[in-house]
Amino acid sequence: MQTKLIKCTINGKERELMIDVRASLTDALRNDFRLTSVKKGCEVGECGACNVLIDGECFNSCIYLAVWADGKDIRTLESLLGEGGELSDIQQAFVDEAAIQCGFCTPGVIMTAVEILDTKRLYTRDELRKLLSGHLCRCTGYENIINAVEKVMKKRLGLP
Amino acid sequence: MYDMKALYEANSVRHACELLLAHPGAKVIAGGSDVLVQMREGRLAGCELVSIYGLDELRGISLDEDDTLRILPLTSFSHITKHPLINEIIPVLGEAVDMVGGPQVRNIGTIGGNTCNGVTSADSASTLHAWNAVMEITGIGGTRQLSIKEFYVSAGKVALLPGEILTAILIRNADYEGYKGHYIKYAMRNAMDIATTGCSVNVKLTADKKTIEDARIAYGVAGPVPMRAPSAEAAVRGLPANAETAELFGKTALQDVNPRTSWRANREFRLHLCETLAKRALLKAIELSGGEI
Repeated sequence: MQTKLIKCTINGKERELMIDVRASLTDALRNDFRLTSVKKGCEVGECGACNVLIDGECFNSCIYLAVWADGKDIRTLESLLGEGGELSDIQQAFVDEAAIQCGFCTPGVIMTAVEILDTKRLYTRDELRKLLSGHLCRCTGYENIINAVEKVMKKRLGLP
Repeated sequence: MYDMKALYEANSVRHACELLLAHPGAKVIAGGSDVLVQMREGRLAGCELVSIYGLDELRGISLDEDDTLRILPLTSFSHITKHPLINEIIPVLGEAVDMVGGPQVRNIGTIGGNTCNGVTSADSASTLHAWNAVMEITGIGGTRQLSIKEFYVSAGKVALLPGEILTAILIRNADYEGYKGHYIKYAMRNAMDIATTGCSVNVKLTADKKTIEDARIAYGVAGPVPMRAPSAEAAVRGLPANAETAELFGKTALQDVNPRTSWRANREFRLHLCETLAKRALLKAIELSGGEI
């Protein structure tokens, strides 16, 4: 088995691990770091369930080699958890807007929402639709997801 | 886990070339959004990979001293779309690659990978053809340049020799100065889809904005490789920039294309697309150039 030592930051903590070079980043995050918000969906980069932030940009971790994470700053949904275990504003908005049903796509969608919200820009609904188009959700019909993201975007920008 | 025989990570361009020569069966992996998917499918199962993803020296966009636009091959689609030089010089390329897959795919997918895998549907390829892109290729012996037309050999095959990688995509000043372009991707969905047929057109109008001084057109999925339509280009040179000329442009382009029937669409529909997209893209390019229809 070919392995490589990687050092990276995961959810704010510096981590070091010997990993199998054949592992996808999804494999490493789930199996080695127990970050099970990162879902295994299609595993070919189409559904977005495994989406994580790497250096501030969204990537489907299923088609990202774990060895490439060396030196990178990775964020998963677990990073949103407050100190007392409370939900972040975007997670709460997903609950309030009924943007979750089975929940399988939710961690991936929320991480894209984090990338969108971090730009601190105001987007139209059509722009949000395009920015969220890398996620498949078979339950919600997407409208409530867009509602939730739009709500937090406006709230954070101080708009009505 | 991927079904991979071995992974070799290159730490420089030269190292990548050496690794490819040392492991003749190995495939280059850039962003991996094709290679890793094919590995999952089984087509590349058990393959050795040479990863160039870590080579930051192959990322970025700049202008050479002679104003040639230099796009380095590992630049991701999203970085191309956001780059000021692209928006200033060739915004149509940023627009075209913004239609690839979805946002996460555009963050990992690279323009070098998009061209080097040799597929006809690549959203960047038709625009690069339409702007006479030059491919800079590096091997152990040095660097050589090829026109993008020569670079595409046949479906899925490009002119990289063993031990060579693409190290830059160049667009010369004479090929972009004064030109404005438009790309239309026809697909069944607006995201996460592959072009049924794509068409990229650019024009240079005369100073009074009334006549076409030069027009260039290239297609994806109008044949086994991305291709220009030279008859259409010749037919409209020197003609007035109007709807009639656009009509002629679309009709003449049919002499050059040769699309096939696939599960996505049949030949007849693709021929219809070739004509219609050429016409629409030319009209839009004229409009962008300040012409009035």
